[in-house]
Amino acid sequence: MSKVKAIEFVEPGSTQITKTGAWRTFVPRIDQKKCIKCSLCEIYCPESSVHQVKDPISGDLIFDIDLNYCKGCGICEHECPRHAIKLELEEK
Amino acid sequence: MQNLLAPGHRACAGCSMPTVVRLVLDAAGPNTIVVSPTSCLEVTTTPFPESAWCVPWLHSLFENAAAVASGVEIALKRFHKDANVLVIGGDGSTFDIGMGSNSGMFERGHKVTYVCYDNEAYMNTGVQRSGSTPFCAHTTTTPSGEISLGNPRPKKDMPAIALAHRVPYVATASVAYPVDLRRKVKKAIETQGPSYIQVNAPCITGWTFDAGKTVEIARLAVETGLWPLFEYVNGQLTEVKKVRRPKPVEDYLKSQGRYRHLFKKPGGTEVLKQIQAMADANISKYCLVD
Repeated sequence: MSKVKAIEFVEPGSTQITKTGAWRTFVPRIDQKKCIKCSLCEIYCPESSVHQVKDPISGDLIFDIDLNYCKGCGICEHECPRHAIKLELEEK
Repeated sequence: MQNLLAPGHRACAGCSMPTVVRLVLDAAGPNTIVVSPTSCLEVTTTPFPESAWCVPWLHSLFENAAAVASGVEIALKRFHKDANVLVIGGDGSTFDIGMGSNSGMFERGHKVTYVCYDNEAYMNTGVQRSGSTPFCAHTTTTPSGEISLGNPRPKKDMPAIALAHRVPYVATASVAYPVDLRRKVKKAIETQGPSYIQVNAPCITGWTFDAGKTVEIARLAVETGLWPLFEYVNGQLTEVKKVRRPKPVEDYLKSQGRYRHLFKKPGGTEVLKQIQAMADANISKYCLVD
């Protein structure tokens, strides 16, 4: 009896192996002093690359952009009500 | 916000569709089965052998997503399992190609939530006109030029078609109003029977604008009255998002390349008046202004 070869199946969320951050021309930088933590950037980010993380020094919750996936579209900069996010030309 | 659509998908930078899908999945939760017809969504989120989906996901043909979802719902019933069944598709499959199976699903009364992200043309194949393309928009199959001012026909009124099938929950939403969108998806899922939500999703390549302006343009569509946010429960208009001071349609149109010809060509002013009349008709029909 021939053994049926197991078919590799597609894992959920496996697109994460592709780092789309390489597409980026402009990189967003968050000014944490201006940030009011409204989380609009997290909601609108199409790449789900804005996350709430704990600041290692103060222990506060801050927003951080995962540059592995950020495509630099600028929606976060455009929608930030306090203009706390600025796009800068990225030097690679 | 729970993340049920993983990053690393291949949607254009600034595309509104992944945001729509993330918000829909956030509202629906992990106990959800999604069926997607062929669309930008299918192409960008599942480049083999990868998948951005963190919920069970099926790809059907262009025309039969609603039929497949009906089957999923029946199978769940048969095996006494409980899960939300969602269809997330673009306007091409919803308005044109899948119209027949949509009609069947609506009419048979399956408990399926149909979410259409409406980017108003066939963007995946290169901006061809669809039934959803608005009046006088430039697409590659309705180009503006010497003798034409773009798409000669107005947009198909899909919510009205759903209402004609006596769908118990019909709503429009926008990517610019995420709280409203999530609430509508939750309400649609709780509805006994079919539900239909049409979400305005600007497309940077087809509509031609800067990537960062995606949400702003979706917001302008609501604020001008061209995309009214309404909700019909059991055929009755129950809720409308009010617009305090409606903006002139020019504000919305001039921000997009697909309407550029209206501001240059003779005859454009006449068309702008017609589009303003469409917005005014929406404003009076849905009482958008107090």
